[in-house]
Amino acid sequence: MSEQGRNRVEHATRSSRIGVGIIGIVLLVLVLAPFWGDRQMLRLLAELSTFVALASLWNLLAGYAGLVSVGQQAFVGLGGYLLFAMVILGGVHPIAAIFIAGPIAAAVSIPVAALTFRLRGAYFAIGTWVVAEVFRLLASQVSVLGGGSGISLPAAAVIAMAPTRQAREFEIYWLALALTVLVLAAIVTLLRSRHGLALTAIRDNELAAQSNGIGVTRVKLIVYVLTAFGTAMIGALIFLMKLRISPDTAFSVNDWTAFVIFITVIGGIGRIEGPIIGTIIFFLMRQTLSDLGSLYLLIMGAVAIVVMLWAPKGLWGLIADRYGWQALPLQRHLVFDDARRAGDT
Amino acid sequence: MAPILALENISKRFGAVVVADGIDLSLNEGEALGIIGPNGAGKTTLFGMATGTVTPDAGRVLFDGNDITRLAPEGRCRLGLARSFQIPQPFSGMTVFENVVVAAAFGNNEREAAVYDRCAKLLERCGLAEKANKRAGGLTLLDRKRLELARALATKPRVLLLDEVAGGLTEHECATLIALIKDVRAEGVTIVWIEHVVHALLATVDRLAVLHGGRFIASGDPHKVIRSAEVAEIYMGIDADA
Repeated sequence: MSEQGRNRVEHATRSSRIGVGIIGIVLLVLVLAPFWGDRQMLRLLAELSTFVALASLWNLLAGYAGLVSVGQQAFVGLGGYLLFAMVILGGVHPIAAIFIAGPIAAAVSIPVAALTFRLRGAYFAIGTWVVAEVFRLLASQVSVLGGGSGISLPAAAVIAMAPTRQAREFEIYWLALALTVLVLAAIVTLLRSRHGLALTAIRDNELAAQSNGIGVTRVKLIVYVLTAFGTAMIGALIFLMKLRISPDTAFSVNDWTAFVIFITVIGGIGRIEGPIIGTIIFFLMRQTLSDLGSLYLLIMGAVAIVVMLWAPKGLWGLIADRYGWQALPLQRHLVFDDARRAGDT
Repeated sequence: MAPILALENISKRFGAVVVADGIDLSLNEGEALGIIGPNGAGKTTLFGMATGTVTPDAGRVLFDGNDITRLAPEGRCRLGLARSFQIPQPFSGMTVFENVVVAAAFGNNEREAAVYDRCAKLLERCGLAEKANKRAGGLTLLDRKRLELARALATKPRVLLLDEVAGGLTEHECATLIALIKDVRAEGVTIVWIEHVVHALLATVDRLAVLHGGRFIASGDPHKVIRSAEVAEIYMGIDADA
Protein backbone atom coordinates (compact mmCIF):
# COMPACT_ATOMS: atom_id res chain seq x y z
CA MET A 1 0.00 0.00 0.00
CA SER A 2 1.02 3.58 -0.52
CA GLU A 3 3.26 5.42 1.88
CA GLN A 4 3.04 9.08 2.71
CA GLY A 5 3.92 11.37 -0.15
CA ARG A 6 4.75 8.66 -2.66
CA ASN A 7 1.77 9.01 -4.96
CA ARG A 8 2.22 11.58 -7.69
CA VAL A 9 -0.25 13.84 -9.43
CA GLU A 10 0.41 14.98 -12.98
CA HIS A 11 -1.48 17.60 -14.94
CA ALA A 12 -0.22 16.87 -18.42
CA THR A 13 -1.39 13.96 -20.53
CA ARG A 14 -0.15 12.88 -23.96
CA SER A 15 -2.98 14.78 -25.67
CA SER A 16 -2.29 17.91 -23.65
CA ARG A 17 1.42 17.77 -24.56
CA ILE A 18 0.45 17.60 -28.23
CA GLY A 19 -2.17 20.31 -27.62
CA VAL A 20 0.28 22.69 -25.98
CA GLY A 21 2.76 22.05 -28.79
CA ILE A 22 0.18 22.89 -31.44
CA ILE A 23 -0.96 25.97 -29.53
CA GLY A 24 2.67 27.11 -29.26
CA ILE A 25 3.24 26.76 -33.02
CA VAL A 26 -0.04 28.53 -33.87
CA LEU A 27 0.83 31.32 -31.47
CA LEU A 28 4.24 31.78 -33.08
CA VAL A 29 2.66 31.94 -36.53
CA LEU A 30 0.14 34.49 -35.24
CA VAL A 31 2.80 36.65 -33.60
CA LEU A 32 4.59 36.79 -36.97
CA ALA A 33 1.37 37.57 -38.88
CA PRO A 34 2.37 41.19 -39.68
CA PHE A 35 5.21 39.74 -41.75
CA TRP A 36 3.12 37.29 -43.75
CA GLY A 37 -0.39 38.71 -43.77
CA ASP A 38 -1.87 41.77 -45.42
CA ARG A 39 -3.81 44.52 -43.72
CA GLN A 40 -7.16 42.75 -44.04
CA MET A 41 -5.75 39.53 -42.66
CA LEU A 42 -4.43 41.38 -39.61
CA ARG A 43 -7.80 43.00 -39.00
CA LEU A 44 -9.55 39.69 -39.30
CA LEU A 45 -7.14 37.94 -36.94
CA ALA A 46 -7.38 40.75 -34.39
CA GLU A 47 -11.16 40.57 -34.48
CA LEU A 48 -11.02 36.78 -34.24
CA SER A 49 -8.80 36.97 -31.21
CA THR A 50 -11.16 39.38 -29.43
CA PHE A 51 -13.98 36.90 -29.99
CA VAL A 52 -11.85 34.05 -28.62
CA ALA A 53 -11.34 36.15 -25.49
CA LEU A 54 -14.98 37.20 -25.15
CA ALA A 55 -16.24 33.65 -25.70
CA SER A 56 -13.69 32.21 -23.27
CA LEU A 57 -14.83 34.66 -20.62
CA TRP A 58 -18.49 33.90 -21.24
CA ASN A 59 -17.66 30.20 -21.11
CA LEU A 60 -16.05 30.68 -17.72
CA LEU A 61 -19.15 32.47 -16.52
CA ALA A 62 -21.88 30.29 -18.02
CA GLY A 63 -20.09 27.02 -18.70
CA TYR A 64 -18.28 26.70 -15.39
CA ALA A 65 -20.02 28.94 -12.86
CA GLY A 66 -23.48 28.24 -14.32
CA LEU A 67 -24.20 31.98 -14.59
CA VAL A 68 -25.95 32.16 -17.95
CA SER A 69 -25.71 35.88 -18.57
CA VAL A 70 -27.08 37.42 -21.76
CA GLY A 71 -25.92 40.82 -20.59
CA GLN A 72 -22.15 40.69 -20.95
CA GLN A 73 -22.47 43.46 -23.55
CA ALA A 74 -22.91 45.67 -20.47
CA PHE A 75 -19.20 45.19 -19.73
CA VAL A 76 -18.05 45.25 -23.36
CA GLY A 77 -19.78 48.61 -23.76
CA LEU A 78 -18.65 49.86 -20.37
CA GLY A 79 -15.04 49.04 -21.28
CA GLY A 80 -15.41 50.81 -24.60
CA TYR A 81 -16.97 53.91 -23.07
CA LEU A 82 -14.43 53.99 -20.26
CA LEU A 83 -11.64 54.02 -22.85
CA PHE A 84 -13.26 56.85 -24.82
CA ALA A 85 -13.95 58.82 -21.65
CA MET A 86 -10.39 58.43 -20.39
CA VAL A 87 -8.83 59.31 -23.75
CA ILE A 88 -11.14 62.20 -24.65
CA LEU A 89 -11.77 63.72 -21.22
CA GLY A 90 -8.63 62.73 -19.35
CA GLY A 91 -5.99 62.56 -22.05
CA VAL A 92 -4.99 59.05 -20.96
CA HIS A 93 -2.96 56.96 -23.42
CA PRO A 94 -5.39 54.49 -25.11
CA ILE A 95 -3.38 51.41 -24.15
CA ALA A 96 -3.17 52.51 -20.53
CA ALA A 97 -6.92 53.15 -20.65
CA ILE A 98 -7.54 49.50 -21.58
CA PHE A 99 -5.82 48.33 -18.42
CA ILE A 100 -7.60 50.90 -16.24
CA ALA A 101 -11.00 49.95 -17.69
CA GLY A 102 -10.64 46.39 -16.31
CA PRO A 103 -10.54 47.18 -12.58
CA ILE A 104 -13.20 49.91 -12.90
CA ALA A 105 -15.59 47.46 -14.57
CA ALA A 106 -14.79 44.86 -11.90
CA ALA A 107 -15.78 47.41 -9.25
CA VAL A 108 -19.00 48.23 -11.12
CA SER A 109 -19.82 44.52 -11.42
CA ILE A 110 -20.05 44.09 -7.64
CA PRO A 111 -23.25 46.16 -7.13
CA VAL A 112 -24.58 44.67 -10.40
CA ALA A 113 -24.02 41.20 -8.94
CA ALA A 114 -25.68 42.22 -5.68
CA LEU A 115 -28.75 42.96 -7.77
CA THR A 116 -28.74 40.15 -10.34
CA PHE A 117 -27.59 37.35 -8.00
CA ARG A 118 -30.98 37.55 -6.34
CA LEU A 119 -32.34 36.02 -9.53
CA ARG A 120 -31.96 32.41 -10.64
CA GLY A 121 -31.70 30.68 -14.01
CA ALA A 122 -33.74 32.31 -16.76
CA TYR A 123 -34.56 35.26 -14.50
CA PHE A 124 -30.86 35.89 -13.97
CA ALA A 125 -30.34 35.84 -17.75
CA ILE A 126 -33.10 38.39 -18.31
CA GLY A 127 -31.89 40.47 -15.35
CA THR A 128 -28.40 40.79 -16.81
CA TRP A 129 -29.89 41.85 -20.14
CA VAL A 130 -31.96 44.52 -18.40
CA VAL A 131 -28.81 45.84 -16.69
CA ALA A 132 -27.08 46.06 -20.08
CA GLU A 133 -30.04 48.01 -21.48
CA VAL A 134 -29.85 50.39 -18.53
CA PHE A 135 -26.16 50.91 -19.28
CA ARG A 136 -26.99 51.60 -22.94
CA LEU A 137 -29.60 54.20 -21.97
CA LEU A 138 -27.22 55.80 -19.49
CA ALA A 139 -24.48 55.98 -22.15
CA SER A 140 -26.82 57.77 -24.54
CA GLN A 141 -27.35 60.46 -21.89
CA VAL A 142 -23.65 61.36 -21.70
CA SER A 143 -23.50 64.28 -24.13
CA VAL A 144 -19.73 64.84 -23.84
CA LEU A 145 -19.32 61.34 -25.31
CA GLY A 146 -21.70 62.00 -28.17
CA GLY A 147 -24.96 61.00 -26.51
CA GLY A 148 -27.14 58.73 -28.56
CA SER A 149 -25.26 59.22 -31.83
CA GLY A 150 -21.82 58.30 -30.52
CA ILE A 151 -18.36 59.76 -30.95
CA SER A 152 -15.07 59.12 -32.73
CA LEU A 153 -11.66 58.86 -31.13
CA PRO A 154 -9.78 62.15 -31.74
CA ALA A 155 -7.14 61.84 -34.46
CA ALA A 156 -4.47 63.26 -32.13
CA ALA A 157 -4.92 60.40 -29.66
CA VAL A 158 -4.73 57.84 -32.47
CA ILE A 159 -1.61 59.36 -33.97
CA ALA A 160 -0.04 59.50 -30.49
CA MET A 161 -0.08 55.70 -30.40
CA ALA A 162 2.30 55.30 -33.33
CA PRO A 163 3.43 57.71 -36.07
CA THR A 164 2.55 55.68 -39.18
CA ARG A 165 -0.62 53.86 -40.05
CA GLN A 166 1.23 50.60 -40.55
CA ALA A 167 2.96 50.79 -37.18
CA ARG A 168 -0.41 51.49 -35.58
CA GLU A 169 -1.95 48.48 -37.24
CA PHE A 170 0.87 46.24 -36.10
CA GLU A 171 0.62 47.64 -32.59
CA ILE A 172 -3.15 47.09 -32.38
CA TYR A 173 -2.82 43.58 -33.76
CA TRP A 174 -0.13 42.55 -31.28
CA LEU A 175 -2.10 44.19 -28.50
CA ALA A 176 -5.20 42.15 -29.40
CA LEU A 177 -3.17 38.97 -29.55
CA ALA A 178 -1.41 39.71 -26.26
CA LEU A 179 -4.64 40.55 -24.43
CA THR A 180 -6.29 37.37 -25.66
CA VAL A 181 -3.31 35.28 -24.59
CA LEU A 182 -3.41 37.07 -21.24
CA VAL A 183 -7.12 36.31 -20.78
CA LEU A 184 -6.66 32.65 -21.75
CA ALA A 185 -3.60 32.27 -19.53
CA ALA A 186 -5.52 33.78 -16.62
CA ILE A 187 -8.40 31.34 -17.18
CA VAL A 188 -6.04 28.35 -17.37
CA THR A 189 -4.26 29.48 -14.21
CA LEU A 190 -7.60 29.92 -12.46
CA LEU A 191 -8.81 26.47 -13.52
CA ARG A 192 -5.61 24.80 -12.35
CA SER A 193 -5.85 26.49 -8.96
CA ARG A 194 -7.88 25.46 -5.95
CA HIS A 195 -10.65 27.80 -7.12
CA GLY A 196 -10.61 26.03 -10.48
CA LEU A 197 -11.22 22.73 -8.76
CA ALA A 198 -14.22 24.24 -7.04
CA LEU A 199 -15.39 25.83 -10.26
CA THR A 200 -15.20 22.58 -12.23
CA ALA A 201 -17.12 20.84 -9.45
CA ILE A 202 -19.80 23.55 -9.60
CA ARG A 203 -19.97 23.12 -13.39
CA ASP A 204 -20.69 19.42 -12.94
CA ASN A 205 -22.99 19.44 -9.91
CA GLU A 206 -23.88 22.41 -7.75
CA LEU A 207 -25.74 20.38 -5.13
CA ALA A 208 -22.82 18.01 -4.62
CA ALA A 209 -20.37 20.92 -4.66
CA GLN A 210 -22.01 22.69 -1.75
CA SER A 211 -22.49 19.41 0.09
CA ASN A 212 -18.73 18.88 -0.22
CA GLY A 213 -17.90 22.18 1.43
CA ILE A 214 -17.66 24.56 -1.54
CA GLY A 215 -19.06 28.05 -0.98
CA VAL A 216 -20.87 28.10 -4.32
CA THR A 217 -22.19 31.68 -4.19
CA ARG A 218 -18.78 33.06 -3.24
CA VAL A 219 -17.03 31.27 -6.10
CA LYS A 220 -19.72 32.49 -8.51
CA LEU A 221 -19.27 36.07 -7.35
CA ILE A 222 -15.50 35.86 -7.83
CA VAL A 223 -15.99 34.52 -11.36
CA TYR A 224 -18.56 37.21 -12.17
CA VAL A 225 -16.22 40.00 -11.09
CA LEU A 226 -13.19 38.51 -12.87
CA THR A 227 -15.24 38.04 -16.03
CA ALA A 228 -16.39 41.68 -15.92
CA PHE A 229 -12.72 42.68 -15.53
CA GLY A 230 -11.64 40.76 -18.64
CA THR A 231 -14.73 41.55 -20.72
CA ALA A 232 -14.33 45.29 -20.17
CA MET A 233 -10.67 45.17 -21.18
CA ILE A 234 -11.56 43.36 -24.38
CA GLY A 235 -14.44 45.80 -24.91
CA ALA A 236 -12.05 48.74 -24.59
CA LEU A 237 -9.73 47.08 -27.12
CA ILE A 238 -12.57 46.38 -29.57
CA PHE A 239 -13.60 50.05 -29.64
CA LEU A 240 -10.01 51.22 -29.85
CA MET A 241 -9.84 49.10 -33.01
CA LYS A 242 -13.14 50.52 -34.31
CA LEU A 243 -12.11 54.13 -33.43
CA ARG A 244 -15.77 55.00 -32.98
CA ILE A 245 -18.34 54.19 -30.33
CA SER A 246 -22.10 54.61 -29.98
CA PRO A 247 -24.55 53.22 -27.42
CA ASP A 248 -26.09 50.84 -29.96
CA THR A 249 -22.80 49.30 -31.09
CA ALA A 250 -21.25 49.26 -27.61
CA PHE A 251 -24.16 47.54 -25.90
CA SER A 252 -25.23 45.34 -28.80
CA VAL A 253 -26.76 42.09 -27.54
CA ASN A 254 -26.33 40.64 -31.01
CA ASP A 255 -22.61 41.26 -31.45
CA TRP A 256 -21.34 40.72 -27.91
CA THR A 257 -23.69 38.09 -26.56
CA ALA A 258 -25.65 36.23 -29.28
CA PHE A 259 -22.56 35.53 -31.41
CA VAL A 260 -20.52 34.76 -28.31
CA ILE A 261 -23.11 32.23 -27.10
CA PHE A 262 -23.23 30.69 -30.59
CA ILE A 263 -19.44 30.33 -30.58
CA THR A 264 -19.32 28.79 -27.12
CA VAL A 265 -22.21 26.41 -27.65
CA ILE A 266 -21.05 24.99 -30.99
CA GLY A 267 -17.44 24.79 -29.81
CA GLY A 268 -18.22 23.17 -26.48
CA ILE A 269 -19.51 24.88 -23.37
CA GLY A 270 -17.76 24.15 -20.07
CA ARG A 271 -14.47 23.30 -21.73
CA ILE A 272 -11.64 25.69 -22.20
CA GLU A 273 -10.97 24.50 -25.76
CA GLY A 274 -14.61 25.03 -26.84
CA PRO A 275 -14.60 28.79 -27.49
CA ILE A 276 -11.40 28.55 -29.57
CA ILE A 277 -12.87 25.86 -31.83
CA GLY A 278 -16.18 27.74 -31.93
CA THR A 279 -14.60 31.04 -32.95
CA ILE A 280 -12.75 29.39 -35.83
CA ILE A 281 -15.98 27.81 -37.08
CA PHE A 282 -17.87 31.08 -36.66
CA PHE A 283 -15.31 33.05 -38.66
CA LEU A 284 -15.05 30.40 -41.38
CA MET A 285 -18.83 30.55 -41.77
CA ARG A 286 -18.88 34.32 -41.73
CA GLN A 287 -16.11 34.68 -44.30
CA THR A 288 -17.64 32.18 -46.71
CA LEU A 289 -21.36 32.79 -46.23
CA SER A 290 -21.81 36.46 -45.35
CA ASP A 291 -22.41 37.35 -49.03
CA LEU A 292 -25.67 35.44 -48.78
CA GLY A 293 -27.16 38.21 -46.63
CA SER A 294 -29.85 37.19 -44.20
CA LEU A 295 -29.69 33.60 -45.45
CA TYR A 296 -26.33 33.45 -43.69
CA LEU A 297 -27.98 34.08 -40.33
CA LEU A 298 -30.54 31.36 -41.09
CA ILE A 299 -27.75 28.89 -41.84
CA MET A 300 -26.00 29.86 -38.62
CA GLY A 301 -29.21 29.24 -36.67
CA ALA A 302 -29.60 25.86 -38.35
CA VAL A 303 -26.01 24.92 -37.50
CA ALA A 304 -26.60 25.90 -33.86
CA ILE A 305 -29.75 23.74 -33.70
CA VAL A 306 -28.05 20.75 -35.30
CA VAL A 307 -25.06 20.97 -32.94
CA MET A 308 -27.29 21.36 -29.89
CA LEU A 309 -29.33 18.30 -30.88
CA TRP A 310 -26.51 15.96 -31.86
CA ALA A 311 -23.62 17.27 -29.82
CA PRO A 312 -25.05 19.05 -26.78
CA LYS A 313 -21.54 19.39 -25.35
CA GLY A 314 -20.35 21.05 -28.55
CA LEU A 315 -17.91 19.79 -31.14
CA TRP A 316 -14.95 19.73 -28.78
CA GLY A 317 -17.06 18.03 -26.12
CA LEU A 318 -17.95 15.30 -28.61
CA ILE A 319 -14.31 14.64 -29.44
CA ALA A 320 -12.96 15.04 -25.91
CA ASP A 321 -15.49 12.65 -24.38
CA ARG A 322 -14.86 10.07 -27.05
CA TYR A 323 -11.08 10.05 -26.91
CA GLY A 324 -10.47 11.49 -23.44
CA TRP A 325 -8.54 14.39 -24.93
CA GLN A 326 -7.60 17.63 -23.26
CA ALA A 327 -5.70 20.24 -25.23
CA LEU A 328 -4.48 21.99 -22.08
CA PRO A 329 -3.06 20.32 -18.98
CA LEU A 330 -5.95 20.83 -16.58
CA GLN A 331 -6.66 17.32 -15.33
CA ARG A 332 -5.22 15.99 -12.09
CA HIS A 333 -3.91 12.60 -13.03
CA LEU A 334 -3.08 10.23 -10.16
CA VAL A 335 -0.03 8.01 -10.53
CA PHE A 336 0.14 5.41 -7.77
CA ASP A 337 3.55 4.78 -6.24
CA ASP A 338 3.42 1.05 -7.02
CA ALA A 339 3.23 1.58 -10.80
CA ARG A 340 -0.30 0.29 -10.93
CA ARG A 341 -2.52 1.32 -13.78
CA ALA A 342 -5.25 3.57 -12.46
CA GLY A 343 -7.63 3.51 -15.39
CA ASP A 344 -5.57 5.82 -17.54
CA THR A 345 -7.71 7.76 -19.90
CA MET B 1 -22.24 15.89 26.98
CA ALA B 2 -24.31 17.54 24.25
CA PRO B 3 -25.49 15.29 21.46
CA ILE B 4 -23.31 15.52 18.33
CA LEU B 5 -26.37 16.06 16.14
CA ALA B 6 -29.87 17.01 17.26
CA LEU B 7 -33.03 17.90 15.41
CA GLU B 8 -35.55 19.72 17.58
CA ASN B 9 -39.21 19.83 16.67
CA ILE B 10 -38.49 19.94 12.94
CA SER B 11 -41.46 20.43 10.60
CA LYS B 12 -41.64 20.60 6.84
CA ARG B 13 -44.43 20.38 4.34
CA PHE B 14 -44.41 20.42 0.55
CA GLY B 15 -47.83 21.84 -0.28
CA ALA B 16 -50.32 19.52 1.37
CA VAL B 17 -47.78 16.75 1.97
CA VAL B 18 -46.33 16.72 5.46
CA VAL B 19 -42.84 15.21 5.32
CA ALA B 20 -41.76 16.19 8.83
CA ASP B 21 -44.25 16.66 11.61
CA GLY B 22 -42.40 17.93 14.67
CA ILE B 23 -39.49 15.50 14.48
CA ASP B 24 -37.10 15.19 17.42
CA LEU B 25 -33.89 13.28 16.95
CA SER B 26 -30.76 13.18 19.05
CA LEU B 27 -27.49 11.38 18.35
CA ASN B 28 -24.61 10.79 20.68
CA GLU B 29 -21.08 10.78 19.34
CA GLY B 30 -20.06 7.34 18.09
CA GLU B 31 -23.62 6.08 17.80
CA ALA B 32 -24.95 4.28 14.70
CA LEU B 33 -28.59 4.87 13.93
CA GLY B 34 -30.60 3.15 11.20
CA ILE B 35 -33.71 4.74 9.73
CA ILE B 36 -36.32 2.78 7.84
CA GLY B 37 -39.71 3.80 6.53
CA PRO B 38 -41.89 3.47 3.46
CA ASN B 39 -41.22 5.51 0.34
CA GLY B 40 -42.35 9.08 0.86
CA ALA B 41 -42.00 8.88 4.65
CA GLY B 42 -39.64 11.86 4.63
CA LYS B 43 -36.31 10.08 5.15
CA THR B 44 -34.30 11.87 2.47
CA THR B 45 -35.91 15.23 3.33
CA LEU B 46 -34.74 14.66 6.90
CA PHE B 47 -31.16 14.37 5.62
CA GLY B 48 -31.71 17.46 3.50
CA MET B 49 -32.75 19.44 6.57
CA ALA B 50 -29.86 18.10 8.63
CA THR B 51 -27.31 19.06 5.94
CA GLY B 52 -28.91 22.33 4.91
CA THR B 53 -30.07 21.66 1.36
CA VAL B 54 -33.71 21.78 2.55
CA THR B 55 -34.93 24.55 4.87
CA PRO B 56 -37.33 23.38 7.57
CA ASP B 57 -40.56 25.33 8.16
CA ALA B 58 -39.99 25.17 11.91
CA GLY B 59 -37.57 23.71 14.41
CA ARG B 60 -33.84 23.78 15.06
CA VAL B 61 -30.80 21.79 13.98
CA LEU B 62 -27.91 21.55 16.44
CA PHE B 63 -24.42 20.25 15.79
CA ASP B 64 -22.22 19.62 18.80
CA GLY B 65 -24.40 21.98 20.84
CA ASN B 66 -24.33 24.84 18.28
CA ASP B 67 -27.41 26.00 16.41
CA ILE B 68 -26.72 25.44 12.70
CA THR B 69 -30.29 25.90 11.44
CA ARG B 70 -29.25 28.91 9.37
CA LEU B 71 -25.83 27.63 8.35
CA ALA B 72 -25.31 26.95 4.61
CA PRO B 73 -24.63 23.36 3.46
CA GLU B 74 -20.94 24.05 2.80
CA GLY B 75 -20.51 25.35 6.35
CA ARG B 76 -22.14 22.25 7.82
CA CYS B 77 -19.91 20.05 5.70
CA ARG B 78 -16.81 21.82 7.01
CA LEU B 79 -18.03 21.32 10.59
CA GLY B 80 -18.01 17.58 9.92
CA LEU B 81 -21.49 16.74 8.70
CA ALA B 82 -21.23 14.68 5.49
CA ARG B 83 -23.85 12.89 3.45
CA SER B 84 -24.12 10.54 0.54
CA PHE B 85 -26.96 11.01 -1.91
CA GLN B 86 -29.51 8.32 -2.69
CA ILE B 87 -29.15 9.13 -6.37
CA PRO B 88 -25.37 9.46 -6.72
CA GLN B 89 -24.30 13.02 -7.55
CA PRO B 90 -20.83 12.67 -9.06
CA PHE B 91 -18.90 15.52 -10.71
CA SER B 92 -19.32 13.66 -14.01
CA GLY B 93 -16.78 15.59 -16.08
CA MET B 94 -14.03 15.15 -13.50
CA THR B 95 -12.06 12.00 -12.81
CA VAL B 96 -12.82 9.77 -9.83
CA PHE B 97 -9.65 11.01 -8.14
CA GLU B 98 -10.55 14.67 -8.74
CA ASN B 99 -14.01 14.04 -7.27
CA VAL B 100 -12.46 12.88 -4.04
CA VAL B 101 -9.87 15.68 -4.05
CA VAL B 102 -12.68 18.26 -4.22
CA ALA B 103 -14.38 16.78 -1.17
CA ALA B 104 -11.12 16.41 0.76
CA ALA B 105 -9.79 19.89 -0.02
CA PHE B 106 -13.00 21.86 0.48
CA GLY B 107 -14.87 19.67 2.95
CA ASN B 108 -11.95 19.84 5.32
CA ASN B 109 -10.48 23.18 4.24
CA GLU B 110 -7.05 21.88 3.29
CA ARG B 111 -4.54 22.79 0.60
CA GLU B 112 -5.06 20.77 -2.54
CA ALA B 113 -1.63 19.14 -2.63
CA ALA B 114 -1.95 18.18 1.03
CA VAL B 115 -4.87 15.82 0.35
CA TYR B 116 -3.52 13.81 -2.60
CA ASP B 117 -2.18 10.94 -0.53
CA ARG B 118 -5.18 10.71 1.71
CA CYS B 119 -7.38 10.60 -1.39
CA ALA B 120 -5.31 7.88 -3.03
CA LYS B 121 -5.65 5.75 0.10
CA LEU B 122 -9.34 6.44 0.33
CA LEU B 123 -9.83 5.25 -3.24
CA GLU B 124 -8.10 1.99 -2.40
CA ARG B 125 -10.23 1.60 0.68
CA CYS B 126 -13.44 2.12 -1.28
CA GLY B 127 -12.40 -0.19 -4.12
CA LEU B 128 -11.97 2.59 -6.68
CA ALA B 129 -8.18 2.64 -7.09
CA GLU B 130 -8.24 1.02 -10.53
CA LYS B 131 -10.61 3.69 -11.77
CA ALA B 132 -8.90 6.71 -10.22
CA ASN B 133 -8.31 8.46 -13.56
CA LYS B 134 -11.58 7.48 -15.21
CA ARG B 135 -14.27 10.08 -15.76
CA ALA B 136 -16.84 9.77 -12.98
CA GLY B 137 -19.67 10.14 -15.50
CA GLY B 138 -18.76 6.81 -17.05
CA LEU B 139 -18.94 4.76 -13.84
CA THR B 140 -21.36 1.90 -13.18
CA LEU B 141 -24.03 2.38 -10.51
CA LEU B 142 -22.02 0.37 -7.97
CA ASP B 143 -18.94 2.50 -8.53
CA ARG B 144 -21.00 5.67 -8.36
CA LYS B 145 -22.26 4.57 -4.95
CA ARG B 146 -18.70 3.81 -3.87
CA LEU B 147 -17.70 7.26 -5.03
CA GLU B 148 -20.53 8.85 -3.02
CA LEU B 149 -19.17 7.13 0.06
CA ALA B 150 -15.54 7.94 -0.76
CA ARG B 151 -16.40 11.63 -1.20
CA ALA B 152 -18.35 11.77 2.03
CA LEU B 153 -15.44 10.14 3.89
CA ALA B 154 -12.93 12.46 2.24
CA THR B 155 -14.47 15.42 4.10
CA LYS B 156 -13.35 13.78 7.39
CA PRO B 157 -16.85 13.70 8.84
CA ARG B 158 -17.78 13.48 12.48
CA VAL B 159 -21.29 12.52 11.46
CA LEU B 160 -21.90 10.52 8.29
CA LEU B 161 -25.38 10.42 6.78
CA LEU B 162 -25.82 7.51 4.36
CA ASP B 163 -28.80 7.47 2.05
CA GLU B 164 -29.50 4.00 0.62
CA VAL B 165 -25.95 3.07 -0.22
CA ALA B 166 -26.70 -0.69 -0.20
CA GLY B 167 -29.62 -0.67 -2.64
CA GLY B 168 -28.97 -2.73 -5.78
CA LEU B 169 -25.79 -4.36 -4.46
CA THR B 170 -25.10 -8.10 -4.62
CA GLU B 171 -24.66 -10.06 -1.37
CA HIS B 172 -20.91 -9.99 -1.68
CA GLU B 173 -20.78 -6.25 -2.46
CA CYS B 174 -23.12 -5.60 0.42
CA ALA B 175 -20.87 -7.53 2.83
CA THR B 176 -17.88 -5.45 1.70
CA LEU B 177 -19.87 -2.28 2.24
CA ILE B 178 -20.96 -3.34 5.74
CA ALA B 179 -17.35 -4.09 6.65
CA LEU B 180 -16.30 -0.63 5.41
CA ILE B 181 -19.03 1.16 7.33
CA LYS B 182 -18.22 -0.79 10.50
CA ASP B 183 -14.62 0.23 9.99
CA VAL B 184 -15.55 3.91 9.69
CA ARG B 185 -17.65 3.60 12.79
CA ALA B 186 -14.80 2.02 14.72
CA GLU B 187 -12.85 5.22 14.03
CA GLY B 188 -15.44 7.09 16.07
CA VAL B 189 -17.62 8.49 13.28
CA THR B 190 -21.29 8.81 14.15
CA ILE B 191 -23.50 7.19 11.52
CA VAL B 192 -27.08 7.67 10.41
CA TRP B 193 -28.07 5.22 7.72
CA ILE B 194 -31.29 5.25 5.71
CA GLU B 195 -31.73 1.85 4.10
CA HIS B 196 -34.29 -0.54 2.67
CA VAL B 197 -31.84 -3.45 2.85
CA VAL B 198 -32.76 -4.26 6.44
CA HIS B 199 -30.22 -7.03 7.08
CA ALA B 200 -27.41 -4.59 6.28
CA LEU B 201 -28.80 -2.22 8.91
CA LEU B 202 -29.29 -4.94 11.51
CA ALA B 203 -25.65 -5.96 11.07
CA THR B 204 -24.39 -2.43 11.62
CA VAL B 205 -26.54 -0.12 13.71
CA ASP B 206 -27.25 -0.10 17.44
CA ARG B 207 -30.51 1.81 17.20
CA LEU B 208 -33.26 1.61 14.63
CA ALA B 209 -35.95 4.24 14.06
CA VAL B 210 -39.04 3.99 11.89
CA LEU B 211 -40.18 7.09 10.02
CA HIS B 212 -43.75 7.19 8.77
CA GLY B 213 -45.88 10.15 7.70
CA GLY B 214 -43.26 12.65 8.84
CA ARG B 215 -42.77 11.30 12.37
CA PHE B 216 -40.89 8.56 14.18
CA ILE B 217 -43.37 5.86 15.12
CA ALA B 218 -40.86 3.52 16.73
CA SER B 219 -37.27 3.66 17.90
CA GLY B 220 -34.96 1.42 19.91
CA ASP B 221 -33.16 -1.92 19.74
CA PRO B 222 -32.99 -2.86 16.03
CA HIS B 223 -34.09 -6.47 16.46
CA LYS B 224 -37.04 -5.53 18.65
CA VAL B 225 -38.13 -2.64 16.44
CA ILE B 226 -38.07 -4.72 13.28
CA ARG B 227 -40.44 -7.25 14.90
CA SER B 228 -42.71 -4.60 16.37
CA ALA B 229 -46.37 -4.25 15.58
CA GLU B 230 -45.86 -0.73 14.14
CA VAL B 231 -43.43 -1.99 11.51
CA ALA B 232 -45.71 -4.89 10.64
CA GLU B 233 -48.57 -2.46 10.21
CA ILE B 234 -46.92 0.01 7.89
CA TYR B 235 -45.05 -2.53 5.78
CA MET B 236 -47.51 -5.41 5.66
CA GLY B 237 -50.79 -3.61 6.26
CA ILE B 238 -51.40 -5.79 9.34
CA ASP B 239 -53.48 -3.92 11.88
CA ALA B 240 -51.43 -3.32 15.02
CA ASP B 241 -54.46 -3.71 17.25
CA ALA B 242 -55.50 -7.08 15.80
